[in-house]
Amino acid sequence: MFLVSFIGKITLNMLSETGRSAIFLFNTLSNGFTRPFYFKAVFIQIIRIGYNSLPVIGLTAFFTGGALALQIYVGSSRFNAESMVASIVALGITRELGPVIAGLMLAGRVSASIAAEIATMRVTEQIDALITLSTNPFKYLIFPRLIAAIITLPILVFIADIIGIMGGYVVGTMSLGFVSESYIQNTVNIIENKDFISGIVKAAIFGFIVAFMGCYNGYHSTGGAQGVGQATTRAVVSASIFILAANYLLTSLVFTQ
Amino acid sequence: MTKNNIIELIDIHKSFGSKIILNNLNLKIKKGSSTVVVGGSGTGKSVMLKCILGLTNPDSGTLLYKDQELNEKSRINSKFYTKIGMLFQGSALFDSLTVWENVCFGLVQGHGMQIPEAKEISMKNLKKVGLDMNIANLSPSELSGGMQKRVALARAIAASPEIIFFDEPTTGLDPIMADVINNLIIELVSDLGATAITITHDMASARKISDTIAMLYNGSIIWQGGTNSIDTSGNDYVDQFINGRADGPIKLNIYE
Repeated sequence: MFLVSFIGKITLNMLSETGRSAIFLFNTLSNGFTRPFYFKAVFIQIIRIGYNSLPVIGLTAFFTGGALALQIYVGSSRFNAESMVASIVALGITRELGPVIAGLMLAGRVSASIAAEIATMRVTEQIDALITLSTNPFKYLIFPRLIAAIITLPILVFIADIIGIMGGYVVGTMSLGFVSESYIQNTVNIIENKDFISGIVKAAIFGFIVAFMGCYNGYHSTGGAQGVGQATTRAVVSASIFILAANYLLTSLVFTQ
Repeated sequence: MTKNNIIELIDIHKSFGSKIILNNLNLKIKKGSSTVVVGGSGTGKSVMLKCILGLTNPDSGTLLYKDQELNEKSRINSKFYTKIGMLFQGSALFDSLTVWENVCFGLVQGHGMQIPEAKEISMKNLKKVGLDMNIANLSPSELSGGMQKRVALARAIAASPEIIFFDEPTTGLDPIMADVINNLIIELVSDLGATAITITHDMASARKISDTIAMLYNGSIIWQGGTNSIDTSGNDYVDQFINGRADGPIKLNIYE
């Protein structure tokens, strides 16, 4: 009996949360595409989400590329296939690790920051103040963040791909003894446009997830400082889980070719 | 309903889960009056204000603005938000904007005014509330609580609203600053010829700024009358509240 009640409660919560998210998304899109447009707000968010995330994305991509080269070298040397290191690093970074690592880093950095900012605005009545000053919060706060994240994450992933491959190259040539020219040649030969494109498409979807989870959880926060903390945690955890789930679904349904 | 009422609440009911907050609340606000709604903490004053402002929707009942029903659609159609000003309890200034940008926010967003003109009005309003021009470029977090309240007051009056709402305008201020804010409210409301609706539990402030007082208890208005007649209301609940006595018909549940 207890189990049935427990499962019922979880199911109802999930359905209610799904409905609330759908209404939130509908409100955002229906208001976002009508006048007035807040171009300046979108630009500010592009700087905050994109430009300010460059150092952390760059460093993460570089070390991930380097570590990947080391691991693949160890694994491939068991089959005398060391020459595959450059190719696997390039494919791994562009198709999988670039978008996923960038998405997860932004889930931690940007989703948390968006959730904390909007939740603080909620608990300090700043969102109510926006409404009384004739400003639609979906249009002014939520939509610019969604658009900015969808635009910037593909750009960040493109940069992360290049830096990640460079990380593999640096470790490969300086530590594993690969010849520079052949490493570069192997990398160039293996990469096709669709490898980059699949990563970029994934990145745009991850950008949406990162901003949406931050905005949604921040907007619906309640209580004081504790509510802000809970909204931030929920945003980061849910964004990370949805990114990993979306990555699997996209890879299995669309990008297995 | 009469043409003289600018805002009217008829049988408003609002509950959160099983907790009833507003219970068939009826209130009439006369045009040009300064009405203060008093009541203890948790009696539903803020919820009532949020219902009028459309920040939360009542479960049932009717809200009228100039005899027209007030709902989500009519608030947009009648440009309701361009005709009101609101002073929030915690000031609710936008952290990401400077003081002058906060003051002119409604002018630019709601009234479509150009920034230079809006800035000029902002500066005049900052002066009206007794603030030095040097603070115009500061961030709200760099100001004291009293100064933030004044900036919020300047923002509330910036668009010369018809109705100004004040949510606990003196809460958290020292007695001198509270009196300064009260004087500013009286002066600014009178200058604009606006209707003022204030919620507070500060009786000194209520007596000073109002011409009408209504008392909210258990989600309903239990007494409404002129400020001068509150001491002779003959209502035991009102007597206990205005005299701040622990003994009387109002029982506080400290575990609630």
